[in-house]
Amino acid sequence: MTTTPLFETKNLKKYFPVKGGILNRTKAEVKAVDDISFAINPGETLSLVGESGCGKSTTGRAVLRLEEPTDGEITFNGEDFRSLSKSELRDKRKDMQIIFQDPYASLNPRQKVKQILDEAMAIQGVVPKKDRPARIRELMDVVGMRPHQAERYPHEFSGGQRQRIGIARALSVDPKLIVCDEAVSALDVSTQAQVLNLLRDLQRKYDLTYLFISHDLGVVRHISDRVAVMYLGKIVEIADKKSLFDSPRHPYTRALLSAIPVPDPDEKSERIVIEGDVPSPMDPPSGCRFHTRCPFATDICKQEDPELRKTGDMADDHQAACHHMEEIVAQYGTTPTLPEEVGNE
Amino acid sequence: MGSTVNQSPEREEFAKPESRFKSLLKRMIRNKSSLIGACILIFFLLIAAFAPFLMTHDPNSTDVLNDFQGPSSENWFGTDHNGRDIFSRIIYGTHLTLYVGTVSVAVGAVFGIVLGLLAGYYGRILDSIIMRVADVLLAFPGILLALAIVSALGPSLNNVIIALAIYNIPVFARITRGSVLEVKDVEYIQAVRALGAKDAKILFQHLLPNVSSPIIVQASLQVATSILSAAGLSFLGLGVQPPTPEWGAMLNSGRSYMWDNPHLTLFPGIALVLVVLGFNMLGDGLRDALDPRSKK
Repeated sequence: MTTTPLFETKNLKKYFPVKGGILNRTKAEVKAVDDISFAINPGETLSLVGESGCGKSTTGRAVLRLEEPTDGEITFNGEDFRSLSKSELRDKRKDMQIIFQDPYASLNPRQKVKQILDEAMAIQGVVPKKDRPARIRELMDVVGMRPHQAERYPHEFSGGQRQRIGIARALSVDPKLIVCDEAVSALDVSTQAQVLNLLRDLQRKYDLTYLFISHDLGVVRHISDRVAVMYLGKIVEIADKKSLFDSPRHPYTRALLSAIPVPDPDEKSERIVIEGDVPSPMDPPSGCRFHTRCPFATDICKQEDPELRKTGDMADDHQAACHHMEEIVAQYGTTPTLPEEVGNE
Repeated sequence: MGSTVNQSPEREEFAKPESRFKSLLKRMIRNKSSLIGACILIFFLLIAAFAPFLMTHDPNSTDVLNDFQGPSSENWFGTDHNGRDIFSRIIYGTHLTLYVGTVSVAVGAVFGIVLGLLAGYYGRILDSIIMRVADVLLAFPGILLALAIVSALGPSLNNVIIALAIYNIPVFARITRGSVLEVKDVEYIQAVRALGAKDAKILFQHLLPNVSSPIIVQASLQVATSILSAAGLSFLGLGVQPPTPEWGAMLNSGRSYMWDNPHLTLFPGIALVLVVLGFNMLGDGLRDALDPRSKK
């Protein structure tokens, strides 16, 4: 790639200690995020998808250092983000903002909307005090709300409106990167579309870069440039949107894609139903973490952890972590779904 | 308005929303318990404020020839063993009672809230230290702890306040910490952190207002407890010293003559019960009024 990435993380890990016993010692660790690396180019939207509990939200918080990562590098705009001191970090937060999942929990119920926005600007000192009322009106306008609504309290708004206010708060400090943590998951479908379109318009207007975290593949397909699929704290496949949706390589990605409902009653669905539950991240399976549920798993999968790699015919920035990619492609081609009998073995 | 931005079809709201305070006031008035409690307390506050105009006699002037008089038109609540007018003494004692109760709770609450915020927000070792000390203090029965402190400091009004304040600290620390633990990981707090706010701002401008409801309720109930404890200390001779007309001290000095002259203890006792009842009813009512789930 020729462009330098705006954001890059290498070998990011976040382990949560599980404490117990009389002495409150660490008994085990939940490996929520276990050694993942990715980069985001300026103006791009990278989506993280995966089942609940796969570590995608933790990744979002760890890259912002809202939860201090256990290990790994984070580079933002060429700067080492992890070595920043507490006060340097506070200043740098201006460049990286977050939009939360639950619009009912993400706004302080005791503050009026204008206080929420005013405070955000005051903390970072981005707008002088006398210009803030005008800027608040502008922000409200930008997110599609009426300026006078800034006089109200959050409980007087609907979920979609609250999410717009959350977006306005994130925008108020002129960030470069916004982490959208399941930003539309809590909204109903019609509102989802509005908010997604708003996010995309804002991206164009302000040249924003998004790390978009979602479990909804339809949403991801709508907004992403590139997609990373996570399973149990690891990235199993990363590619540009087209490659990932048209020719997925990892069996898990194929299973996920085949689970997208098709709005056509006559279409013969070829869903790959993966058996069993997600194993516990406290004690992840050895080798490839997907081997316990993978229809293609062999002995090597139980022993060796596959690296992200690219095989001959894959697009430039398409990588997947599977030992048997070549064989699966040779046998079943690169269509997103697999013949039904494979999944039901 | 950028033409590319969707305008969601929202209807205009009709009326300006009422402020939080107004709606709280409304709910309090609708709640019988808090209304009665508030009325009782306003009544006693007025008495305390206008005491000099309400007293019929000097509360400390003795008249040994007129001791142990029953209630009459001259002495409404009768006279005590030194012939002092009990009505005037109760009126005068009102401000002492309210003062001891509120100041000890206010001081205890300030320290307790700060400690509770720190313990809840930072957790780990700081939390362990603060809460273990609080546990130790709470393990003593309240009056016993106050008793120990007052006997160490010597009996006086201010020492009673100090003792009760110390007793109140862990009560507030615990309730604040519990609420902070509930709120600190909520996303709006995370959002302020993500904006780069300093910890002090998060603690006092965002956490504190959002944990204030249980603290306010606890405070009004705690004033009642503190008034009772202060009266108890005075009754044991460790509080306000005679001849100051403190209700607990009046109960104590009337105790010896209780069987023949019950009015010496009856009237201060009734006053005490009423004030405590007022604070308790207000506290219970506030609990209902401040609970968002009870919002109609």
